[in-house]
Amino acid sequence: MSSHLDELYQEVILDHSRNPRNYHKLEGATRVIEGNNPLCGDQVTVYIKMDGDRIADVTFQGSGCAISKAAASLMTANLKGKTRAEARHLFEEYLRMVTTGKVDPDMSQKLIAFAGVHQFPARVKCAVLPWRAVVNALGDDPPAAPVSTE
Amino acid sequence: MTANMCNASAASQDLDLESVRGDFPALDQQVHGHPLIYLDNAATSQKPRAVLEAMQRYYERDNSNVHRGIHELSNRATTGYEGARERAARFINAGRAEDIVFTRGTTEGINLAAQAWGRRRLGAGDVILLTEMEHHSNLVPWQLVARQTGARLEFVPVTGDEGLLDLDRLDACLSSRVRLFAFTHVSNTLGTVNPAAELCREARRRGIPTLVDAAQSAGHMPVDVQSLGCDFLAFSGHKICGPTGIGVLFGRPERWAEMDPYQGGGEMILSVGYEASTWKEPPHMFEAGTPNIAGAIGLHAAMDYLDRLGRGRIFEHDQALGEYARERLSTLPGIRILGPPRGRAGLVSFHLRDVHAHDVVTMADHYGLALRGGHHCNQPLMRKLGLDSTVRASFYFYNRLSEVDRLVEVLGIIQQYFNRGAA
Repeated sequence: MSSHLDELYQEVILDHSRNPRNYHKLEGATRVIEGNNPLCGDQVTVYIKMDGDRIADVTFQGSGCAISKAAASLMTANLKGKTRAEARHLFEEYLRMVTTGKVDPDMSQKLIAFAGVHQFPARVKCAVLPWRAVVNALGDDPPAAPVSTE
Repeated sequence: MTANMCNASAASQDLDLESVRGDFPALDQQVHGHPLIYLDNAATSQKPRAVLEAMQRYYERDNSNVHRGIHELSNRATTGYEGARERAARFINAGRAEDIVFTRGTTEGINLAAQAWGRRRLGAGDVILLTEMEHHSNLVPWQLVARQTGARLEFVPVTGDEGLLDLDRLDACLSSRVRLFAFTHVSNTLGTVNPAAELCREARRRGIPTLVDAAQSAGHMPVDVQSLGCDFLAFSGHKICGPTGIGVLFGRPERWAEMDPYQGGGEMILSVGYEASTWKEPPHMFEAGTPNIAGAIGLHAAMDYLDRLGRGRIFEHDQALGEYARERLSTLPGIRILGPPRGRAGLVSFHLRDVHAHDVVTMADHYGLALRGGHHCNQPLMRKLGLDSTVRASFYFYNRLSEVDRLVEVLGIIQQYFNRGAA
């Protein structure tokens, strides 16, 4: 097995894709947003419960590849308790990491598993889809339309 | 060794596979340290040297604009372009070269028919009959024209995973409200070869014109518009060893006569005034602007190339590979294979339990295998089958049985990889 592929499919990613965390509908969600990748059919629905400016809880459901599922699972684990500004900052650092491979020193260990994605440009969208959905949902005026990678 | 394998071996020998492969520069390369195994032919085929050289020759010696010029190069370009039209007519046994319109590809051909014919001929309450297995390119153009005219779409059902049209329902589907029946000859997702001649005959008996999407068939089997009995037939150059950006729409003379222009501009006009214009007869009426001359010339070379090999032999080879692949793939645990067990075209679409199609394709790529993963521009059908994506391996005459063996081997490695550490 090429080590290149092992960088993409890290153990933590395979684990979260097989056993996604926070994988359920969220009762009392204050925001629900759908994300689609029309090229491959990946689909994710993210449920967010806000407590003032803070994300009290976030969960998801959907279907997709190992990368998109693990990305959504690890995203929910990392966003709980964050303020909107913190969540947006984390997204920006995450996006930089999966597109360039550059890792912010403060990046959570588990999210670093996605640094290898930058070597697979066709798969960046998979890693980013659930994040885009959340960042859109965190806007002051969340969009009614689903978020698309295109 | 199975009967299928014997057939495939015989077909390969007939084709002199190794010499044929030598004609395709792109096949001879390493991808991620492995020899390329190109199994994405339903998306686009590779190009033989003869096609590349014909286009190069045109640009180096004959490049000019067609139809308008009087000088030598323009004459040569016009001869080349119109020669390609005659060649395309022979390729599908159209009676007249004038019944061939050059397009950008199958998609544009269908859009042309939908807009130039459908918009004029369809009205509120009319039905455009399609099938549930259409590529988006033979669905969305009809949705657009339905919205413009008030017509509505109906669909011949697909039976399920075996992917056949439910012909018992055909009679009821071909109701008196149907104004056009458009269907694919070969499904790009299921590998089903539809009984196109029978479908055209049933429609014709009821006075319903037909459009055949031949994107997956024209380069893979003998296609004869007269024996099919269709009114329109569309295909692309790039899937049949030709360049991208060129395709063919065949139409019967009586259908052309019912049509408005598709686009306006140069090339298609007789005389132009500030307020109004008149235009040429078909096919030029449908070819506004400078056409893809080099593309038509490349397509000419591709059609020559395919007919030298023989599309009958190509089909035998494709089918043998498709059936062999289906048989070998069925040994993998947790695999769900779409499409008919027998009589399929040279493509196999499948779903692996526990590994998503995208992950399969990414990993296979690192073994030099070019596959396709996704919904294959067939979202409604995938939804009906309860799938979000499949992996597709699609073959052409230059593929070997040993490449199918390698595919199965690599899929086994991928399954093991994704199951590592799993309970």
